[in-house]
Amino acid sequence: MRELKILAVVVFFTLVTYWGVEPFAHSQMHAHHEPATFKYEDLQPLAKQGNPQKGAEVFMNAGCTGCHSVKSQNIPAPMDPVTASASYGVNPPDLSDAGALYDEKFLAAVIKNPAHAMKLEHKFNENRPFPMPNFYGVGGDIEQEVADIVAYLKSIAPKKVEPKEAFVNACGRCHDMKYDNWYVIGEKPKMDTELEKAEFNKKHAEYQANLKKYLGTNPPDLSMYIRSRGHEYIRDFIEDPQKILHGTAMPRVGLTEESTHQVITYMENVGDRKKDKRNSLGPLVILYFVIFALLAYAWKKQMWRDLH
Amino acid sequence: MAHFEKANSVYEWLDQRLAVSKLTKVLMTEYWIPKNINFLWAMGVVLMTMFTILLISGIFLLMYYKPDTKLAFDSVNYTIMQEVWFGWLWRHMHGVAASVVFLVIYIHMFTGIYYGSYKRGREMIWISGMLLFVTFSAEAFSGYMLPWGQMSYWAAQVITNLFGGIPFIGDELVIWIRGNFYVADATLTRFFMLHVLLLPLVIMGIIGLHFYSLRIPHVNNQEGEEIDFDAEAEKYKAGRKAESKVIPFWPVFLSKDLFVLGVFMIFYFYLVFYHYNFAMDPINFDPANPMKTPPHIYPEWYFLWSYEVLRGFFFDVGPLSAMDIGLAAFGIANVIFFLMPWLDKSPVVAPAHKRGAFKIWFWVLVVDMIVLTIWGKLPPTGANAWIGFFASVTFLILLLVALPMITKKEAQRAGGAA
Repeated sequence: MRELKILAVVVFFTLVTYWGVEPFAHSQMHAHHEPATFKYEDLQPLAKQGNPQKGAEVFMNAGCTGCHSVKSQNIPAPMDPVTASASYGVNPPDLSDAGALYDEKFLAAVIKNPAHAMKLEHKFNENRPFPMPNFYGVGGDIEQEVADIVAYLKSIAPKKVEPKEAFVNACGRCHDMKYDNWYVIGEKPKMDTELEKAEFNKKHAEYQANLKKYLGTNPPDLSMYIRSRGHEYIRDFIEDPQKILHGTAMPRVGLTEESTHQVITYMENVGDRKKDKRNSLGPLVILYFVIFALLAYAWKKQMWRDLH
Repeated sequence: MAHFEKANSVYEWLDQRLAVSKLTKVLMTEYWIPKNINFLWAMGVVLMTMFTILLISGIFLLMYYKPDTKLAFDSVNYTIMQEVWFGWLWRHMHGVAASVVFLVIYIHMFTGIYYGSYKRGREMIWISGMLLFVTFSAEAFSGYMLPWGQMSYWAAQVITNLFGGIPFIGDELVIWIRGNFYVADATLTRFFMLHVLLLPLVIMGIIGLHFYSLRIPHVNNQEGEEIDFDAEAEKYKAGRKAESKVIPFWPVFLSKDLFVLGVFMIFYFYLVFYHYNFAMDPINFDPANPMKTPPHIYPEWYFLWSYEVLRGFFFDVGPLSAMDIGLAAFGIANVIFFLMPWLDKSPVVAPAHKRGAFKIWFWVLVVDMIVLTIWGKLPPTGANAWIGFFASVTFLILLLVALPMITKKEAQRAGGAA
């Protein structure tokens, strides 16, 4: 039938053009990288079996709590976020969820040598040391001590970390998420007076200034990143930022595959909030036009019956 | 003053004052369309529907959009996409329709070229259509700036910069267009005005002209046959419908159009709900940042072929800089289709497959424009630059040299046969 032949020609050229300007052009524009495996193969596996009780002691003796809070164990943060950022560049993370969020190989590596584990050796060296010092042990077998600390962190961590919690811990001290009211200094509270608002903004600006001094730039707000970057890119980027953006100041944060998934889920909940609505409305609208087309076809048949 | 009888119904009352029945006849039931057509003849109605969707969704978006560089991005991506009831749907419909409308415009244009619907009295249809193409392009470009994302900003920067290549007044012209030395708040507000007021008004006016231009020469048909519309209409009205070569616009022609439209809307809404990234570039979900150039700046797909003609001339020739040659070629590419009725020197109105060399010319043109489109997006390095160059040269030769030559020969043959 002639009409179908014409349709085939139109569809063919449309698809060729689409293929050329979308999948093909984008494959040419962006360098290929291997998808994330979350195996962290460059890091050593734990040499020893850790003991959580001993780990708790080592954790205290090693002075971790001088900078880190562990709120689930009632260990408060020694400084507020802005002051901490003035001292360290960035507010050190609370470690309540660390054992669940981060890969254990990464945890061990980051305790021993943070700049190495985070792949930031191009920015930090002997002349410009990373704010968190390397761990050289508290007197015993260092491998055992590290394994104990990791075991301790895992023992106090919850089984499951909620999407927002994962984001706040792993990303939220450098990145704002303003469409969900999250700022690097914390959740923006409900504020009644102009003075409160000005104070909040001042704290935020101070923190951002410290962060900029530390990183060389202010990390972007991530509210729309799910739309601008997409799942795969974010996943691969989180696993190893250097692989995709060579020389970036963003550290490798060592998230497990599951917690990366939680982070992305949160980003999707914020940046693509209407996804469920879109997916549930789509079939109905399409069905409407299928019925419309069928009825229109029947009507056309009737209208054109006498014409040939 | 005319004499008015007492009306027996509302319809009669209106008919006395507005000649409703006469108007319906003229515009609908006795507006005659050839019967020998295929679904490509439905593209006009599809376009009209897309324009209506753009207009209505645009009105809804306009209620929440803020034309201010500090507010624009969030007003689109937060207020409209997240807070407003179904704002996300209107925005997706608007964005996808803006892209898809060009697919239909191109199909509509190439249908016109294939069937020779731009000559033998149909020149004004073609020219008003081309005017619509140009104003739609301006409308799309100005609209793309409004979300104030990275691509909004940088595309605006690159495209407004092009005017700097115009001799003597270039630099001042760029500042005049931008309202500033660089793309800034003043640029956004004036493009907002263009997008929501001036250009839509102009488009609606030209749509009226385009429809009106069809009245005298009538719609072309699949064989390019010359039809005596009055005689054929008489046959139809006398009930000899099978014998008549024409059908009324309403309901017969539109019944077919509505079916085609239905199928098209399935495709369109599939894109709106499930496949929208091609029309809503991910990069534009990063807020505009004048300090950070994206690694790849490219226009939307429908501008790529002419953009590639601009980029294709990448080396200087004697005293002429690559930029100037490209700009001249770009200028030609944007107006050359207006001249179709005169570049085609043959009086033959027939589908391309019955026109010998013209058929080959047509398909080479289609392929060349697709090559230009694809290479317009690829990074212009190495072999890509040369492919772009040859495709651009081919484009100019096709329209400026090949078309007049081929059709001149055809005209001679046709003259000899007559």
